[in-house]
Amino acid sequence: MLCIEALGLRKTFGATVALDGVDLRIEEGRILGLIGPNGAGKSTALNAILGLTPYQGELKVLGRNPWRERDHLMRDVCFIADVAVLPRWMRVSQALDYVAGVHPRFDRAKAERFLGKTSIKRASKVRELSKGMVTQLHLALVMAIDAKLLVLDEPTLGLDLLYRKQFYDSLLNDYFDRRRTIIVTTHQVEEIQHILTDVMFIDRGRVVLSFSMEDFEARYVELMAGPEHVAEARALGPIHERQVFGRSLLLFDSVDRARLAVLGEARTPSIADLFVAVIGGQAAGAQGAAA
Amino acid sequence: MTTPSDTVAETDPDPRASPPAALSTTRPLYWSVRRELWESRSIYIAPLIAAAVVLFGFAISTVNLPHNRRALLALDPARQGAIVAIPYDFAAMAIILTGFIVAIFYCLGALHNERRDRGILFWKSLPVSDLTTVLSKAAIPLIVLPLAVFVTVIATQLVMLVMSAVVLAANGLSVGAPSTPPLLQMSLVLLYGLGVIALWYAPIYGWLMLVSGGARRTTFLWAFLPPLALCLVEKIAFDSTNFASLLAYRLGGFWEAFTVHPRGGVGHAHPPQVGLAQLDPVGFLSTPGLWAGLAVAAAFLAAAVWQRRRREPI
Repeated sequence: MLCIEALGLRKTFGATVALDGVDLRIEEGRILGLIGPNGAGKSTALNAILGLTPYQGELKVLGRNPWRERDHLMRDVCFIADVAVLPRWMRVSQALDYVAGVHPRFDRAKAERFLGKTSIKRASKVRELSKGMVTQLHLALVMAIDAKLLVLDEPTLGLDLLYRKQFYDSLLNDYFDRRRTIIVTTHQVEEIQHILTDVMFIDRGRVVLSFSMEDFEARYVELMAGPEHVAEARALGPIHERQVFGRSLLLFDSVDRARLAVLGEARTPSIADLFVAVIGGQAAGAQGAAA
Repeated sequence: MTTPSDTVAETDPDPRASPPAALSTTRPLYWSVRRELWESRSIYIAPLIAAAVVLFGFAISTVNLPHNRRALLALDPARQGAIVAIPYDFAAMAIILTGFIVAIFYCLGALHNERRDRGILFWKSLPVSDLTTVLSKAAIPLIVLPLAVFVTVIATQLVMLVMSAVVLAANGLSVGAPSTPPLLQMSLVLLYGLGVIALWYAPIYGWLMLVSGGARRTTFLWAFLPPLALCLVEKIAFDSTNFASLLAYRLGGFWEAFTVHPRGGVGHAHPPQVGLAQLDPVGFLSTPGLWAGLAVAAAFLAAAVWQRRRREPI
């Protein structure tokens, strides 16, 4: 079943085009990474999916129109923005009480169990918690909700490495069950590469590239070419080339790995490398054209 | 903390199996009102502080109580009751005024604070509609605060009664009628009056909430300067004061709506004393100004709902 379906999704703020005709088809049970530079339209796309902002075009989330049916949709959708969203005046016990009071799919015992593994006290106010603890609290609330779609917008912004790792480990081990769908945006692509099933690059309001991780591993090869093979490798049409310690790193799309292996060291690139090649290359191209 | 939700969550091993429809529509409203009380504790603390101040002053005044009471007993019995009631009326008015000020500041922050602290993103991630949220916030000045004021006033007056009874008895003076104020009747008048004030001021609360949800900053200025500007423009452009009169009627007119009969039996030097017989609910309910005001309040609140759907953190 399709979890999210968008057709020609468009959103403008005055003269600025935040979303410029985005088409999306996200299947149930996927973990999608939405990757893009600042101001690319990631948050706008998520806000439209969450019913927080009006938009033009067609958009269905779990079969509903998010703008018109936000409150219904939120029974099946959870959302963590960056850490500063929980009201600072609220006590931990009040947050539990409130969500238990308004959310029909909230399992309080589960949230309590998760909080029991942390050092968060029930009587503490959110303002007294560290950034990492606030994220743990929000995660505890969200993981206790039996939702179909979880949207994470820079959920680990400003957290140290340990909290970030713990966050994604909890998410994967205690939450994800292959029926749920997760959409996550982050700048720390490397850290979540191993949990993603799908990736979408978004830039200047458009989907630039979209692929599943299986496709990614099959299609893209990064070659560290020996100096004597660089010319030969370039002839195969790399989509990107960069120099590291005086050696050429070439990125290939859909070129036979066996053919590349004889020219140097071939390996699967990181998503970050591909991102730089695709988005950075475009930006450079645009600048070159303008010059 | 034990809440009804504890049992629901724990006896329900598989929430997926329970239909979401089982959650009644009043439950989110109830919890949203509770949330407002958690956030804005001034709703009940401010009336309590006003009560403490009143009681402090009253405690000091009891020093002269025996002397005053002896002088009072020499007066015309018809006036005695009214004079005895003065401090009680004064206590009620001080707490009502405090409640009104709290209501103004509450409304100005109601839809502003959640945008400023970005909490709106958390609230909107839960299955609570914008209508429920705005209604829960409107319920504070319209229902919760009047009730908080009512309870505080009654408790304060009872404490005053006990304090004066103790002082009088210690001085060998009579505690009972005619020198005891008719507290039961006064509390009924108070309840009625609080209801009248809430309904009469509903458009003001609605306006303040609308401003609260719209202004990026300085909600106070946005709330009070545009109406003044409108008065000024009307005066300069047409040399008329229709809008100013309308505002004055809204701010002060509740007293006329409150009691239609002329006040009687009390000297003009004393605070007005209203008895049950002077209340005119039928007259109040047939005041066009009441219904016009409620219609305006509903329009403001509808606009506030519309606005909350679109607003983002600031």
